[in-house]
This record gives sequence, C-alpha cells and structure tokens, in this order.
Amino acid sequence: MKKIEFSLAAILLTVLFALPAAAQIGNVYIHDPSTIVKCDGKYYTFGTGSGGLMSDDGWTWRDGAVRTGGGVAPDVIKIGDRYLVSYSAGYPGTEGKVRGVVTTMWTKTLDPESPDFGYSEPELVAFAGDDEDCWAIDPAFLLDPYGRLWCSYGTYFGAIRIVELDPGTGKRKAGNKAVDIAIDCEATALMYKDGWYYLLGTHGTCCDGVNSTYNIVCGRSRNVTGPYLDNMGRDMLQGGGKMVLSAGNRATGPGHFGHFVEEEGVEKMSFHYEADYNRSGRSVLAVRSLLWKNGWPVAADPFREGTYEIESERRGYSLELAVDFVRQQGGMRAFRIDPNEPVVELEEQKLEDVQDRWPAGEIGVRAGDYMFRPHQRWTVTAVPDKGGYLGAPYYKITIAGTERALAATEDGELVAVPQYTGADEQLWRIEQLTDGTFRIMTKITCACGKHQKCLMSTGDSTVALGEYDFSSDNCKWNFRDR
Amino acid sequence: MSVSISRRILLSALALGLLSALPARSQELDLSYHHPVLEDYFAPVSAAPATPDAQGFIRRWSLLEPIAKPEIRTNAIFDDSYLNAEFAKEYFKDQMTIVPKDGQKVKLDKKTKLAWHCFDSQRYNVKLYRFASCLGLHPTEALFLAVTVVNVPEDMTVRMSVGSNSASKWWVNGEEVILLSGDRRMVVDDCVSPKITLKAGRNVIRGAVINGPGMSDFCVRFLDGKGRPVTNFTVTNQ
Repeated sequence: MKKIEFSLAAILLTVLFALPAAAQIGNVYIHDPSTIVKCDGKYYTFGTGSGGLMSDDGWTWRDGAVRTGGGVAPDVIKIGDRYLVSYSAGYPGTEGKVRGVVTTMWTKTLDPESPDFGYSEPELVAFAGDDEDCWAIDPAFLLDPYGRLWCSYGTYFGAIRIVELDPGTGKRKAGNKAVDIAIDCEATALMYKDGWYYLLGTHGTCCDGVNSTYNIVCGRSRNVTGPYLDNMGRDMLQGGGKMVLSAGNRATGPGHFGHFVEEEGVEKMSFHYEADYNRSGRSVLAVRSLLWKNGWPVAADPFREGTYEIESERRGYSLELAVDFVRQQGGMRAFRIDPNEPVVELEEQKLEDVQDRWPAGEIGVRAGDYMFRPHQRWTVTAVPDKGGYLGAPYYKITIAGTERALAATEDGELVAVPQYTGADEQLWRIEQLTDGTFRIMTKITCACGKHQKCLMSTGDSTVALGEYDFSSDNCKWNFRDR
Repeated sequence: MSVSISRRILLSALALGLLSALPARSQELDLSYHHPVLEDYFAPVSAAPATPDAQGFIRRWSLLEPIAKPEIRTNAIFDDSYLNAEFAKEYFKDQMTIVPKDGQKVKLDKKTKLAWHCFDSQRYNVKLYRFASCLGLHPTEALFLAVTVVNVPEDMTVRMSVGSNSASKWWVNGEEVILLSGDRRMVVDDCVSPKITLKAGRNVIRGAVINGPGMSDFCVRFLDGKGRPVTNFTVTNQ
C-alpha cells in the first residue's frame, strides 16, 4: 500500500514540476470565470454552468464553490458584508423569447460550509429582446468610488450595454436606461482608476480550443457611460480597443477579465485561457499581475525562473553575499595603448574562483555595486509544492551554482544559509507591482501572524525585512539579467 | 465575426430558458423594448449626391440581397485561399462591372433572382445583418455585395480604410485593393490599402463581405497621407 502511495505522490510531483510556474495548480478547469473574490480567507471564482472553484491560497485550486442558477458567465462583487452574484440565463419575458437576461442574487458568504451560506431569490436586472442588437449575457460589476453600482453586459451580437443597479438591493436603479458602450466584444469588465473608467472587452473567437483567438482589450472614459476610447482615440463603439493580453506562454484565448486589488500597488487580473497547451488544450483559470503604463492596464508577463541580478529600486545597488570582493587580474590599464595590440576577451569571474573563500556557514546579505560577480548572481526557482499566493507559487532564491539560499531570520534580518532545506523562511513571494518593479516577500509572517515581511533597503548598501510600502522605493526590486 | 457553434448552442439554449434553474423576479423592470425596423439603419437615397460624414465614412451604398452560403457553418474557414477562391466566383453576369439601379434584379440561377437596394446608412457602419433581416431575408451564412460611386474633383492619392464583419474584399475601378481575411470583427481602420489614386471624376467602389453565423457589417472611408479622413468628394449610386 505504501508503495502505491509513493507512486501516486511521485506522479503528482512529476505533474506539478512539469507545469510551468505561471500556471495555477489543482483543479483549474473553468470557462468564463467571475472576478476572483476573497471570503473568510479563501478565494472563489464561478464559471459557466453551476459551481465554481475555490482556493485557500490563490495558487492551488479545487472544486467546491457553489452557485445556484446555472446559466453563463457569472460575476461576483463584495458590497458591505454581503456578496452580490450575477449571472445570465433564460427568462420567459412578457414579449416572448429573449436574448438572455441578467440576474443578481445575494449571499452573506461564499463558503458553502457556513451556516450563513445561501442565495436570495434572483432578481432580473437587464434583458435583451429576441430581435434587439444585443444579447444580455456576460454581466460584470463595478462599484465606483462614489458608491454607485454598475453592470455591463453583452456579446458580439450587437452592443455591450451598461446599467446602474442599486448597491443596497442589487436591483436595477429605478428609471435607469441601458446605454450602449461598445460593439464587437463580449465578456466585458469595468475598472476605475485615477479618475478614469476602464472598459475591458474580449475580442476574437471563443470556444474553438487551441484555435480560439480571444484576446482582452481596453478603452477608457471619464464617464462610466462612455465614450470609451482606446489609445488611438477610437471609440469602442467603433470597434476600438488597446490590447491588454493575447495568446502566449503555450496558451491561447485569454478572456473574461477580472480585477483583483491585493493592496496599493499590487493588482492582479484573473481570466481564462480558452486552451492550455500543457493541459490537453482545456480551458483553465489564469492569474497575472496587472501593471499600469501611461494610464493603461498591461498584463505582466509571468515571472520567469532564471538567474538574475536583484537590483534595488532605491539606489540601483544589487543584492549580494557579504563576502570579500575578489579582484580580477588586470587592474589599471594605460589610457593610451598601441591600437595594434591584439584584442582578447577577458573571462568573467567564476564561482569556483571564489567560493572556497566564502565562509562555510551562514553569510550576511547586503547590497553593492553590481559587477556581475558570483556573489551577486541569484537563481530564482519556483517551488510549486510549497503553496503559493494569488497567481503564483513560492520561490527559492539561491546563489547561482550553489544551494546557498536567501533566508529570513527570526529577528527580521536577512542571511544566506549554506543549504536550501525547503523551510518556510527560505521561501519567497515575488509579485510584480503596478509600476513594473517587484516586491519580494517572506512566506513566513511577522510575530502578529498576519503580515508577510518585505525585502527592503534600509540603506543604499544594507537590506533587511520590513513593512511593504508602495510609496517607498526601499520596497521595490528589479530582476535583471546582465 | 461569428460566435462559435458551441457558444451558439449555449446561447440558443439560454434564449429558450433551458439553462435557467430559477425564475427571476422582474416586477420592477420594464420589459418592453424597441423592435428593430429598416428605418433604424437605412434611409431612402435622395436625389442629391451624398457626401461622406464628418469622419469620412461613406454611407451611400447599393446592396445586393444576400447570396445564400448555407455551407458556412463557422467563420474559421475564412483563410486567404478560401476567400480568394470564393470572391473570384461569378454568381451573375457582369458581377464585377455592374453599377446597379435601385430595384434592379440579377439572376443567380433558374430559381434565384436577387434585387439591389440603394440606401443611405443611418450609421457610419453599414449593418448588413439588419439590411437582410429587416427585409425578411436570411441574414447569416451569406455573401453580401456592395457598390457605390465616389466622385472626386481632381486626382487624389489616398488609402482606402475598411473594417468588416466578417471577411471581405474591396475593389476600386475594377482593381483589387484590399482583402480582410479571417474571422474578423468590424473595427474602424482595421485594414488600410496601399496608396491608390482616385481619378478626377467617377470612381466605382465595390465590396464583397462574407459571414457565417452572427452579425455582419462594414465601414469604409479614405485616408490622406497623414491618416486623416478625406471628405472632399461626393457619393452617388450611379
């Protein structure tokens, strides 16, 4: 029996490590995922059909979320201490057939195990008549900074529309008329940032497996009802849209954008890929960091494992072992030399040239001028079986060519331990911030048990762990390969 | 642009209420709506020549009733080879030279005659789906042909800008100028031709738009060397 268990575990680990670090793990199979929301410490998303996915950490997903009503392409938003869920389904309208309806319903919690779990009777908030230029599906919520609740919906057949709902009841605001805001897209979403409303739409072809050309585009407006213009000034009612994310990284058809704000400077976008080449071409949940460039949202590339200089945003100095700087041969050259002297390529300093001089035990960590020396080159490797956070696994950070691992100490300092062991203090959370820099956080939490500490510059040349603060370059780092 | 077959099945089921497990309450929502009519999209052609709209879009067109293409189950088939072959077919006599009059009919075969309709589009984009559906014709799985005449005061070097749903091909004075291939959405300035010369006087613009399931429309304008819309010309149907 033990042998079988071992084999299954080995297979599971093989599968885990065979998948790229960019992919979520577990049961990630979903189509048309709703915006990811957090409820009582767990993450939830719902898809077309009944049910949905849930996760304890945002990295490993499983079946188990419960949504009634069936239908297609739901969305979820937390308002106060309740969750408003919307989905589109059929409805026998008074004038006969309809091209979809949008409904909303409340629940106090998304945790199906909670005694407070349970959906209210769905309310019809929008619909499209059977011969209108609209199909009322794919609803998406936005609660704007002024406390007004909006819902966009629609598909390729005609216009994307927006209506206003009452955030207290989830019902359509009395007297509100639907407004057309885009064409030729579906699976829309709305965001607000810095005085702009953003309309995300999914262009391209859905539901065609690896040939699906779905892609996510965006326009923005000062008014929630538009006009939403792209970076060329083209109205989304004229088909405009600036690309946010298209196919790549062995997956096609990103669609159904959802916006998740972790905290200031840490934003994520959830979506599905129509087809994941590493998972039989099935539709899967995906999460990326969301960056902002010149006022436009940009999907971050997945973090790539590799060997990097880890450069501080504060001074531009680089994370390094606190060891002797070993000079290379050569030194000062004459400024005027014979131009006919043969040119030769110099060798870079190698690990074996210097590592015997390093202490055998723990070594301190600091920042210094980057000289592409072995004590400054760090290999970042995903450790997907050690859990993760929304969208990514934890990583180990080791000096290239060694097992010397960056680790947190109990008193909030940094050290390089001689051997990576997989202990939590040697695991790191790496997230790209909205400005394109990265924050590097411990897996372990502070004494309070709630907050993860951030790798930060305490001086130009000194580093420690501290509280994350997006407004400070002390908390920001860049991974460079040079 | 089509919706894929699986999505269509899902949406059809949705429209019939098959996916609805719970009835929704709607007592507070007005369920009335406007039923589209031809006049929402097209106006009769006036005697006076038309001009492009402020953004340069050509709105006066002669549209042939849709040529049925029931074999198009998905727009995924619209690769360049398929489209070039399909657009090269002759469906009726003088297909590539006719400048039709309103109501003029052409004969496709012994059973099929189709009429040309001259309209001014109410919108910058010409809604082919609605042109067909409002006339009681099958609006999808179809090939649409469009013709118009552009009258320019002097020779003009321009680029022809087209957006179409789905694939299309366009000719100016009998010369092919642009192909929009693939399962396309109608996007303003999606595809722009190489530089072409509109001759002083009359220039015949001809287009063919093909679509499987879903909406179908197009928009056409001319752009100058700096990408600005050209508006100093008139548009007629002869």
